[in-house]
Amino acid sequence: MSNDQFKLNIDGRDIDVPRHYTLMQACEAAGAEIPRFCYHERLSVAGNCRMCLVEWQGAPKPIASCAQTVGEMRPNPDGTAPVIRTQGDYVEKARSGVMEFLLINHPLDCPICDQGGECDLQDQAVAYGRSGSRYDLNKRAVEDKNMGPLVKTIMTRCIQCTRCVRFAAEVAGVEELGMISRGESAEITTYLEHSLTSELSGNVIDLCPVGALTSKPYAYNARPWELRKTTSIDVMDAMGSAIRVDAKGNAVMRILPTVNEEVNEEWLSDKSRFVWDGLARQRLDTPYVRRDGRLSPASWGEAFVAVKDALSGRPEAIGFIAGDLVEVEQAKAGLDLARRLAVQNTDCRPAGAAYGVDGPREQYLLNSSFMAVEEADALILIGCNPRQDAAVWNARIRKAWLWNDLKVHLIGDPVDLTYDYDHLGTGPEGLAALDTLSGASRPMIVVGEDVLLRPDGQAILAAAHAAALNIGAIQDGWAGFGVLHNAAGRVGALDVGFVPGPGGLDTAGMLSGKLDTLVLMGGDELDLSGLGTTKVIYIGHHGDAGAARADIILPCAAYTEMSATYVNTEGRVQMTRAAVEPKGEAREGWAIFRAMSDSLGHTLPYDTADALREGLRAERPHFAGLGFAPAEAGVEALRAPMAGTGTPDLAVPFGARRGDFYLTNPIARASKTMAECSLQHRGLETAVAAE
Amino acid sequence: MLQDKDRIFTNLYGTHAPDLEAAKQRGAWHLTREMLAQGPDWLCDQVKQSGLRGRGGAGFPTGLKWTFMPKEVGERPHYLVVNADESEPGTCKDREIMRHDPHLLIEGCMVASRAMRAHVCYVYIRGEYIAEREALEKAVREAYEDRLIGKDNVNGWDFDLYVHHGAGAYICGEETALLESLEGKKGQPRLKPPFPANAGLYGCPTTVNNVESIAVVPTILRRGAEWFAGFGRPNNCGTKLFCISGHVNAPCNVEEEMSISFRDLIETHCGGIRGGWDNLKAVIPGGSSVPLLPAEQIMDANMDFDTLRDLKSGLGTAAVIVMDKSTDLIRAIARISYFYKHESCGQCTPCREGTGWMWRVLQRMAKGEAEHAEIDMLLEVSHQVEGHTICALGDAAAWPVQGLIRHFRHEIEDRITLYRTPRALIQGAQVAAE
Repeated sequence: MSNDQFKLNIDGRDIDVPRHYTLMQACEAAGAEIPRFCYHERLSVAGNCRMCLVEWQGAPKPIASCAQTVGEMRPNPDGTAPVIRTQGDYVEKARSGVMEFLLINHPLDCPICDQGGECDLQDQAVAYGRSGSRYDLNKRAVEDKNMGPLVKTIMTRCIQCTRCVRFAAEVAGVEELGMISRGESAEITTYLEHSLTSELSGNVIDLCPVGALTSKPYAYNARPWELRKTTSIDVMDAMGSAIRVDAKGNAVMRILPTVNEEVNEEWLSDKSRFVWDGLARQRLDTPYVRRDGRLSPASWGEAFVAVKDALSGRPEAIGFIAGDLVEVEQAKAGLDLARRLAVQNTDCRPAGAAYGVDGPREQYLLNSSFMAVEEADALILIGCNPRQDAAVWNARIRKAWLWNDLKVHLIGDPVDLTYDYDHLGTGPEGLAALDTLSGASRPMIVVGEDVLLRPDGQAILAAAHAAALNIGAIQDGWAGFGVLHNAAGRVGALDVGFVPGPGGLDTAGMLSGKLDTLVLMGGDELDLSGLGTTKVIYIGHHGDAGAARADIILPCAAYTEMSATYVNTEGRVQMTRAAVEPKGEAREGWAIFRAMSDSLGHTLPYDTADALREGLRAERPHFAGLGFAPAEAGVEALRAPMAGTGTPDLAVPFGARRGDFYLTNPIARASKTMAECSLQHRGLETAVAAE
Repeated sequence: MLQDKDRIFTNLYGTHAPDLEAAKQRGAWHLTREMLAQGPDWLCDQVKQSGLRGRGGAGFPTGLKWTFMPKEVGERPHYLVVNADESEPGTCKDREIMRHDPHLLIEGCMVASRAMRAHVCYVYIRGEYIAEREALEKAVREAYEDRLIGKDNVNGWDFDLYVHHGAGAYICGEETALLESLEGKKGQPRLKPPFPANAGLYGCPTTVNNVESIAVVPTILRRGAEWFAGFGRPNNCGTKLFCISGHVNAPCNVEEEMSISFRDLIETHCGGIRGGWDNLKAVIPGGSSVPLLPAEQIMDANMDFDTLRDLKSGLGTAAVIVMDKSTDLIRAIARISYFYKHESCGQCTPCREGTGWMWRVLQRMAKGEAEHAEIDMLLEVSHQVEGHTICALGDAAAWPVQGLIRHFRHEIEDRITLYRTPRALIQGAQVAAE
């Protein structure tokens, strides 16, 4: 037996487990099931629910297995391995005792409780509880707390496991939840009954083992057993968090995170979780054509006639812009059609961007994967606010900062990132300080996409890359340099080559009114005011800024309504899955272009999405690696110096992140919940619960 | 019978001045430098040999506890924390030490700190003890001014002492809750292990001792371990402060020899039981958390750890609560139960939920408004609390209830039966004149 293994006898079975295991882990390794409420593997150990008690033969009391480290256990006096029992009268009595205590003050309102059917307390009461109650006194009642528009509280149901408190303090990094009073009167509350100032507050709903914290927008909408569950990918930011879309009929009822250790662990940002009501509002469900200055509904046939008319002009006066939420298939089909029409004016980047046109894809990826931040010893953020752009990753940075002694340095707007950082400057002048950070052995440099939209964006990127080479951020097995995007569709569109062709205009050029016709695929975040007389064909799913300016609207499916490919900021290729049907007449984006190509006489060579993807994989093999992030595979490509143009403009600071976290895309802007969050966040007014 | 010459706390009643000059005349701060010069091993060894057991309730050997501290000071400093959060109902010994003999405590802190290689000691005083805090702070100031403690003091061991005032929560007398509170957090007990000797205050090796355990140490060292070990029965050595309250003719605090019989203790110092020995009903021998004992068991029992443990009770803090036959025991225990319900920190399930349940049932039982079957249920609930909690408050809440049912079950039964009996059948009851 090696030194880092420890021998135990669990339920009569001898087992060797690593010394750092908790007794609970050891019991699970031995195949025993240990009930628990307060224990959560991603939070610190509280040991307060006392449900996980097991018998350690020879010990005077039952042991809370979640809190006992195996390596600290003493062998028996005769040198044999400690004997643990997870079954038998002794343990069962302890468990049923705890279960009884938990239930005496828990209301019997399961029939009207949203947690019903997925409630730990319910399940464990059946498995470990008594058959009846011996408590015939009045139950305690606790006043409900206002926790903002997202989290509904029914605090009488609370069993004081403090998971939410630990989550807020440890993961979210906002110490705004806590237990006040003591004994029976103990209550969980937020600071002054405000909602948490965290982008991750919705996770307390998942963590709550009972129905004390439930989803406010979802309240009384559905029962878990009547929902159709579809695992998918989130598109609210460029992380591509793993989600599960729960739908009833053709309506998305809620969105929950699923576990993807490499991306979102098991957390989800509030925007990703609560945006679903936006999927049912402001939807474009039929094509529209502008007639006499007004948009009026049209059939697909009528719309394509108008499209053919608009796209028949000179190719130099036609442009294609792909927006933030565009999936790879749509981008690919749109690009193919543009090239067939000899159009070179194609771009998927926001106005002002100059990156990604040539050079390897590593130059616009977050090469160091999300997970790698846990191995890094220094993180340098340049003009980037991960709390807004990748809220879930920010929690991982915080974890690394908290437990791994990660040092964070920031160049840019000194915002609250929930962890301490060393502020090196607000503008490009801070780059000079990078060379002094030579102490780190695995440094990581992350440039925010906003930086790349500056006139000197390329120069800054090149300077940051040079610094990365200089301080050892790029070394064998460690690609610690990358760009943090904030749009889910960006990397995928860049990967298919949705950039200006030879002599083509970029986004800023296309938006300046020089074109006759602009095909706008999403792109609601762009400044469309300079378009002048340009005719706009808008392909999208929400009636937002783009649709308002459009002359022809072609409705397409949103991310929950199609199986589509997205590439996250790490370069990880992932697929969504259709949870519901597209609204009304809406079609998947690539199919619209396929049909359009037909009517234009330039038929695209694929009839199914699979055929399209097959072609894509042949063209760009990395699309074949579903779920895979290249990470350190990018080292070779990064070793070559980056061609920067000009020098960073030291006079201009990086400035605050543009836009409102809760309203970054048309789906979010259509969501009442997000609107309430935004109002609350800006402190404009007390939101009314979206119940 | 302890003779006056053998008393450690010679100013227990405040008959003399508590200040430094007077304390020195009583023997405090005598030979302190020499004691410290003997080094930690000698100090621990002496305390071990004296047989001193912790005076805070659990009775763990103090010298042994001290040796749990790391032998070398590593990266983290060592701390001594003195638990002056004396809140156990019935207990009022530490406050007298702090009020009238604070220099014994300060000197003890210094000696104990030397024994554990600590340069800093915190005294955590109960929130309600305001006069005591002022007295202790005054004494600390005097000691600093006289360079008895502080940097480069006359005793040759750099030592700082801080007095910290609690906010009045019983649970902060639990050593790890005390540490949490001292760190500025909510006073809730920590999970053990790790024990404070490994990771205590601010994660550093820490020992938490009761005021009395610390205050007796200098005198033990001055007079010799054998002197102290000479009192009491084996394994229950030394002198002890008893706090006798309740139905005795003269309730008092008194320093006595360990293992003195209950009868001697009461007769000698308290003027006997109110109404004579036949009127004695029950005694809680060690503060409200230990099970009560009926008169026949306690009358001639030795007041020490082992005897009382064998009687399924405990010496606890030696706060002897005497109850004569006028006492409604069920109500008394219900009141104690209320105390624990009120003071439960609410962290872990059995204590948070169980203390309230027990109190509510007892409250009804005090009136008789209960079922006979509920007695067994109550006992079972108390067992469901006991031993299943993070700290000992769960045990402390369960024991009095268990003691009551063990020895006075018949009273509860009678009360219930009486409550259910039609009024007309009760002898002497007023029958309405129709």
